Amino acid sequence: MLNYLKLIVLGLIAIFSMIAINYARDVAYLIHAIIVLAVSAGLFLWVLRHTDEPAAPAPQNEYMDDVVRFGVIATAFWGVIGFIAGTFIASQLAFPALNFDWAQGYLNFGRLRPLHTSAVIFAFGGNALIATSFYVVQRTSAARLWGGNLAWFVFWGYQLVIVLAATGYVLGSTHAKEYAEPEWYVDWLLTIVWLAYLAVFVGTIVRRKEPHIYVANWFYLSFILTVAMLHVFNNLAIPVSIWGSKSVQVFSGVQDAMTQWWYGHNAVGFFLTAGFLGMMYYFIPKQAERPVFSYKLSIIHFWALIFIYIWAGPHHLHYTALPDWASTLGMVFSVVLWMPSWGGMINGLMTLSGAWDKLRTDPVIRMMVISVGFYGMSTFEGPMMSIRAVNSLSHYTDWTIGHVHSGALGWNGMITFGALYFLVPKLWNRERLYSLSMVSWHFWLATIGIVLYAASMWVTGIMEGLMWREVDANGFLVNSFADTVGAKFPMYVVRALGGLLYVAGGLIMCYNLWMTVKRAPAVEASAATAHATPAE
Amino acid sequence: MSNNKKNDDLDYETTGHEWDGIQEYNKPLPKWWLWTFYACIVWAIGYTIAYPAWPGISGATPGLLGFSTRGNVEKAITDHEAELGPINDKLASVELTAIADDQELLQYANNAGGAVFRTWCAQCHGSGAAGAKGYPNLLDDDWLWGGSIEAIHETVSHGIRNEVDDMARWSQMPAFGRDELLVEEEVVQVVNYVMQLSGQEPRDPAAAEAGAEVYDINCSGCHMEDGTGDRFQGAPNLTDRIWLYGGDFDSLYQTVYNSRFGVMPPMGGADLTEAEIRAVSVYVHGLGGGEASEE
Repeated sequence: MLNYLKLIVLGLIAIFSMIAINYARDVAYLIHAIIVLAVSAGLFLWVLRHTDEPAAPAPQNEYMDDVVRFGVIATAFWGVIGFIAGTFIASQLAFPALNFDWAQGYLNFGRLRPLHTSAVIFAFGGNALIATSFYVVQRTSAARLWGGNLAWFVFWGYQLVIVLAATGYVLGSTHAKEYAEPEWYVDWLLTIVWLAYLAVFVGTIVRRKEPHIYVANWFYLSFILTVAMLHVFNNLAIPVSIWGSKSVQVFSGVQDAMTQWWYGHNAVGFFLTAGFLGMMYYFIPKQAERPVFSYKLSIIHFWALIFIYIWAGPHHLHYTALPDWASTLGMVFSVVLWMPSWGGMINGLMTLSGAWDKLRTDPVIRMMVISVGFYGMSTFEGPMMSIRAVNSLSHYTDWTIGHVHSGALGWNGMITFGALYFLVPKLWNRERLYSLSMVSWHFWLATIGIVLYAASMWVTGIMEGLMWREVDANGFLVNSFADTVGAKFPMYVVRALGGLLYVAGGLIMCYNLWMTVKRAPAVEASAATAHATPAE
Repeated sequence: MSNNKKNDDLDYETTGHEWDGIQEYNKPLPKWWLWTFYACIVWAIGYTIAYPAWPGISGATPGLLGFSTRGNVEKAITDHEAELGPINDKLASVELTAIADDQELLQYANNAGGAVFRTWCAQCHGSGAAGAKGYPNLLDDDWLWGGSIEAIHETVSHGIRNEVDDMARWSQMPAFGRDELLVEEEVVQVVNYVMQLSGQEPRDPAAAEAGAEVYDINCSGCHMEDGTGDRFQGAPNLTDRIWLYGGDFDSLYQTVYNSRFGVMPPMGGADLTEAEIRAVSVYVHGLGGGEASEE
């Protein structure tokens, strides 16, 4: 019965896509209609060929790990793509000739920049969050994922969103809202996928066999819920035509800007902080084999973080058309946010007390610890930069870019690498990783890469901030804008070099994980089943 | 209770929960963390009393300090204008040629003009004023429309060949090849002749010789018989080695065939004040190529 429903839906989507191809008003829409047609028609045929097969009942006494395995692969894949894109656009800024004439309108900096940010935040980070949350919620609830194949819909639907977004950017289809660039139909698809994700996650928690909900799941759930809300409100737009990709925002002027940065800052707060804290709360105690430092601290910092983060957005709009009162509140909430953010750092680091020697022997723990270290550093830097006086120097400079990357490369990247190193042997039933020394190489390449990146951006950021505001005795500007751009060249080269090191680390990781699956010794069968069975 | 961390397992109890082997201690909040958190909250309350913060129905609390970013900007601008008002008035009203005689005024105009240049002119002419292909170099003494302070002032005020300002000076070189005013052979001939005029080795000496006549009939009206150009029409001097679009055969061929000329927006009117226009004129005049005014 369900199959017939699927066939009807897929058939309707395929027919609609064909009509859309016929009437398409722009190239991005046309290409997207073709992609959607290929996917829906392919699935239609696949479902049709399997309608008569009796559906194998899902083994309820086993965890649903296939989708997590796919998620792990997608995370590593999109990660490397995103890092390479980032290194390339960093090089374009240092050497503008890399904006090739033949690729104008497709591969120039303006088109590739959203490709990079979306690839690392949503494709790499998003897949990491979906995969680890599916893994963690099953383990800590001792229950199989709820909703049967709905988890697969979440995974593949999300990949489709990524592909549509990425191709759209290159072809020039964009909302022009930072981190929310995809156009209306991609937004709609993401909304459906995200609600399915929410359903799977909540369904699994409801099914749990443990009396309490583990702290990691609080963070994951807050991330999923808040992102759903942020996504819907920031993308409220009216399509110009159902046959074209262009849409018009519902909000305008400063209201639009405020909504955008309410969204933008909470993408950092809930996607890149709360979600990844969920990851941290599972993988660090597991890898360290130590109890979490303080339950009390986790409760207080969770609620404080959730309550305060949502107000911090206006600090992105200091000294703009935004009224002063909103700017003050954004700044004040950002500063108060400092300690709640650090609560997570303390809980992560102090969980290692009694196991500090593992830092010497276990490079995976080292990766997780430096990740928490970068988390602490950027959650101090953030509140500091939100202070109006500091912001008047730092805003619009590369300092912001450096800040974001010490968080993204250091915190989000490193904790994800740690989680992948933890997950791959478990998911593929391997005794251990293929090579720990490769993990060490990855650790040092990535760390040096981040240091080069962050340090060069601090230098250029503060330098250009000072150059912009430099005036002579009569109050006249001393530097032209082009002078400030020219002065940044050496640091741009250093930044690109840092990116290169980070990419190299990522490639070593991929090789190591691949070889772990291929070559590392397998776990004995009895131990393997024990691992994959929900504990009673 | 001992603080010896090595005895965690003995000194603290876990909450008793366990998830997939993970347990939780229930250790107290670190004191420094808690007090810093409280301090931030107290500071936040104080700050929101001092500065505009809490929104109400018809407006927000203004804060005890009377802080306003718009107010601050307004004051900074008023102060700046009040301080520089007198000297700006003087700069805008004296004879253009008299600015150079007043040392204080000249120095001020150079400073102010430099800032205007870096903000408004550097995009095309470069922050060092050396120009680029299609954008004249302002450091040399090769002027298209004149290099006296009056000529520069006029160019800055009204721009060149723009549709915005009626007073903008205008001239247009015909597209000799594209509009079929000359046949292909004649274009090649005149290009060779122009190369010779500027002291270069023509690609084809015979063609250059034939090009002399083509030049006389078609080009000398603006560029003058000897090729020295005409500033009343903005016609470049062809005898020097300074080229706006390049002086090799291919570049010259392009120029003759399709015609090329630049557009400059007027800086007068809405954008710059008269004092600023005069300042930047003085600055450009002083860059190295400024010419004396005709008496």
